[in-house]
Amino acid sequence: MKEYTSLAQIRGALDEGLFTLPELTEHYLKRIEETRELNIFLETFEAEARERAESVQKKIAAGTAGKLAGMVVALKDNICYAGRKVSAASKILENFQSLFSATAVQRMLDEDVVFIGRVNCDEFAMGGSNENSSFGPVKNPLNPAYVPGGSSGGSAAAVAAGCCLAALGSDTGGSIRQPASFCGTVGLKPTYGRVSRHGLIAFASSFDQIGPITRSVSDAALILEVIAGKDEMDSTSASAPVTAYAGERDSAPMKIGYIEECIDNDALDPEVRKQHLTLIDELRGAGHTVEPVHLEELAYLVPAYYVLTTAEASSNLSRYDGIHYGYRSEAATDIDSTYVKSRSEAFGKEVKRRIMLGTFVLSSGYYDAYYAKGQKVRRILKEKTDALLEQYDLLLSPTTPHTAFKLGENTEDPIKMYLEDIFTVHANLAGIPAVSLPLFTHPENGLPFGAQFSAKAFNEKDLLSFAHNLMQRRALAKKEG
Amino acid sequence: MIETRAEVLEKYQLVVGLEIHAQLITSSKAYSGAVNAYGDLPNANTCPLTLGHPGTLPRLNTAVVQHAVRLGLATNCSLTREMHFARKNYFYADLPKGYQITQDTTPICTEGHLTVKDADGNDKRIGITRIHIEEDAGKSIHDQDPFNTLVDLNRAGVPLLEIVSEPDIRSIEEAYNYLAEVRRLVRYLDICDGNMEEGSMRCDANVSVMLKGSKTLGNRCEVKNMNSLRNVQRAITYEMKRQIAIIEAGGTVEQQTRSFDAVNGTTFTLRGKEDAHDYRYFPEPDMQPLELSEEAVEKVKKAMPPLPRDLYKRYTEELGLSDYDAGILTESKPTALYYEEIIKYTENYKAAANKVIGEVKTYLNRTATRIEDFPVKPEKIAALIRLTDENKVSHSVASQQIFPLMPDNPDKDPEDLARENDLLQESDDNALEAMARKAVAAYPDKAEAYRKGNKGLLGLFMGEVMKLSDRKANPKMASDILKKILEE
Repeated sequence: MKEYTSLAQIRGALDEGLFTLPELTEHYLKRIEETRELNIFLETFEAEARERAESVQKKIAAGTAGKLAGMVVALKDNICYAGRKVSAASKILENFQSLFSATAVQRMLDEDVVFIGRVNCDEFAMGGSNENSSFGPVKNPLNPAYVPGGSSGGSAAAVAAGCCLAALGSDTGGSIRQPASFCGTVGLKPTYGRVSRHGLIAFASSFDQIGPITRSVSDAALILEVIAGKDEMDSTSASAPVTAYAGERDSAPMKIGYIEECIDNDALDPEVRKQHLTLIDELRGAGHTVEPVHLEELAYLVPAYYVLTTAEASSNLSRYDGIHYGYRSEAATDIDSTYVKSRSEAFGKEVKRRIMLGTFVLSSGYYDAYYAKGQKVRRILKEKTDALLEQYDLLLSPTTPHTAFKLGENTEDPIKMYLEDIFTVHANLAGIPAVSLPLFTHPENGLPFGAQFSAKAFNEKDLLSFAHNLMQRRALAKKEG
Repeated sequence: MIETRAEVLEKYQLVVGLEIHAQLITSSKAYSGAVNAYGDLPNANTCPLTLGHPGTLPRLNTAVVQHAVRLGLATNCSLTREMHFARKNYFYADLPKGYQITQDTTPICTEGHLTVKDADGNDKRIGITRIHIEEDAGKSIHDQDPFNTLVDLNRAGVPLLEIVSEPDIRSIEEAYNYLAEVRRLVRYLDICDGNMEEGSMRCDANVSVMLKGSKTLGNRCEVKNMNSLRNVQRAITYEMKRQIAIIEAGGTVEQQTRSFDAVNGTTFTLRGKEDAHDYRYFPEPDMQPLELSEEAVEKVKKAMPPLPRDLYKRYTEELGLSDYDAGILTESKPTALYYEEIIKYTENYKAAANKVIGEVKTYLNRTATRIEDFPVKPEKIAALIRLTDENKVSHSVASQQIFPLMPDNPDKDPEDLARENDLLQESDDNALEAMARKAVAAYPDKAEAYRKGNKGLLGLFMGEVMKLSDRKANPKMASDILKKILEE
């Protein structure tokens, strides 16, 4: 089967009768089997996917199909789907079944999506390499010696490996954009509050957002259009109107600020820098205004991010206590040993590290020095970012300082691993939307890396229109070049 | 019991602050749609959020906010216009989320007060530091299974208001009166049933003692687990004596959390200061900050039921009732409402009060009936009052003979009941005069004695008239006629 990179292409092929949706679904199921050794899927929903493919095919024929008919999607293992397992890639939730569906899932089902399976990720979405899964690491489909990134590593790998057209991931500090960069896909983190978190297993509630990982910007826009919007089940979801993100494209010239502290960062791979500078020239050539902007606070972002997210996580993960559901240690004899042993045995090392860190920063006597200060940094950054986005339509930085690294390369040094998030945590701290676009390939290892664009809160429309046009122009140039 | 001599107790000043938890009457829980009801089968009232399932998020029940505003207005508090919720983190088996959603730095109500009677019966103002919204935990049941603790999550997530007083309470009586006043208020406001035995209202007491005249508060102990007004008194009394005994023996009171043992009336240590929980409060990131608009407050204000203190004031100042009567009538809202209904139909406020406090209460007590279930409508009580006011029956006939018929004949007018039972007074001049003459004629010598000055004999003739009239003679008229005949 020819490679399809957008739903529009697939719908065209379905309408032409080149293949049917059940056939397409079989193709993906086969592809999942072929790529087993990459450890992407924790579970496939074969029977359900086949059944839904049949019924959606009928709807397509009858002309009654929803917006996502023809789209086969994988779910990150931290998004609830009624009656199905969801484990956040943690032993503590192994075999746990959700009683309800996430709002994003339900909205996609209502538009006739086919969910094909549940994909691996870092445990409780904590990690940047997918090496923190209780069920083993995911390997990068482009080179299995490398990590796919994380925490939505399974989502990005599933899309890159052609196991599905799109995947849902979640992004707390880069967990959609960084694996998208490492696997050569599009990854969108929406504005905080744009997509309901109801049914997303919480890592850090004031940072988490569900978002799409896709091959094309148009699919990311289409999925966002479906899943975005106010939800009574999530009081932090925003009531700002949902515009047609996948509709009309505005190609007006943009004013873009590239963050100098990122482009000139010591940690940056020279090749990443070089290709970004080329991009800047290209953008100028296409009529956009591109200017350097400063984000002097950059060095404080990762520390503030880790203080605040671990604080929230330490509380969010208290419910996994071995009492009401999930893993309970067989060695437990009383209430305290149930907590201590169940949590010690079933949580992975990184999760425990973050629970301890978060517990510490919230402790009486340390709260002001850490949590309150972290909040202050966040507030200052938000003000600074809002001011920048008053002057500029978009901000540009690399998504990651370099391409994917090798499995095991960063596992010994958590601080080094945390610094991987240096360019991505900004959008989560400030609550703004950001997209990673698969624009580059590293000449040395042949691996992809992305450019990250962010915009004003709730301005996904301009962000995605720009991204779509940029990708189209690039594809055209490639063809011609 | 610790024995402490009265002269030793005299040296010390008791200082108490109370923290009251009131479970709110709402149809659903504080942050989810699960049913809020007492007494259902264990774990019947749960939902994924109650169970602490992954992916669930809290949704604030707006009725909780309205209840809090009601209580805030009734306790003279300032209302917080912008507030956020906080997480209070701790592990326990009946707390599935691992934290309670509460309010920490921005309680919805602050700086209020209530006026209650002190030990000498004088008015005393007790400050209210704060009232905040929180949720209850579930229940751990340790005594039903020999090997396991059972957990019932029906109560988990039930909305609570925590009402924290200033340490303004200076005697056991004040503590009792304050707690009783809060209970009466929440019942008047229809926000909590105030049932301490069932745990829908709970109270923790912060107790300390200091030498009289001292400006420095002593170390305090927090006493928990008192499930009645009386036990709160007992616990504070014991705790006061215990602390005094420690100080008298040259020791220092250790800051502790203690539990009350209702069986022997003592308190025992739960945990010391060094074991105090670190709840790691931080802003609840799953909920938006809450804004209390002027309109929302106005809406609550308009729907406020009458408060006992307003009714009390009106009864004593406008209706001329005694403090005692007004106190009893406003003790409970249903009683006050019943009285309010009666006085819509009669202006004899004092008689209406007497009827409620007398006949009605006696009937209710004897038959163990709640006033809400009393079959006689207030309107009929007013009609009964009218019957005596118009001299159609005597007070004693009204209360002893007509009233007892009314609960079984709730739809009948008291006058019809009196007529059917031949209880209406004889007020016919001619008939009364005939009877009076007959009575006087029966005792000529006594009539003579009366005329010679033994006026006390009038009673004898009255008795005779009553006998002749089958006790229905209008006593005032009969007495006037008798006097007239005897003076002839």
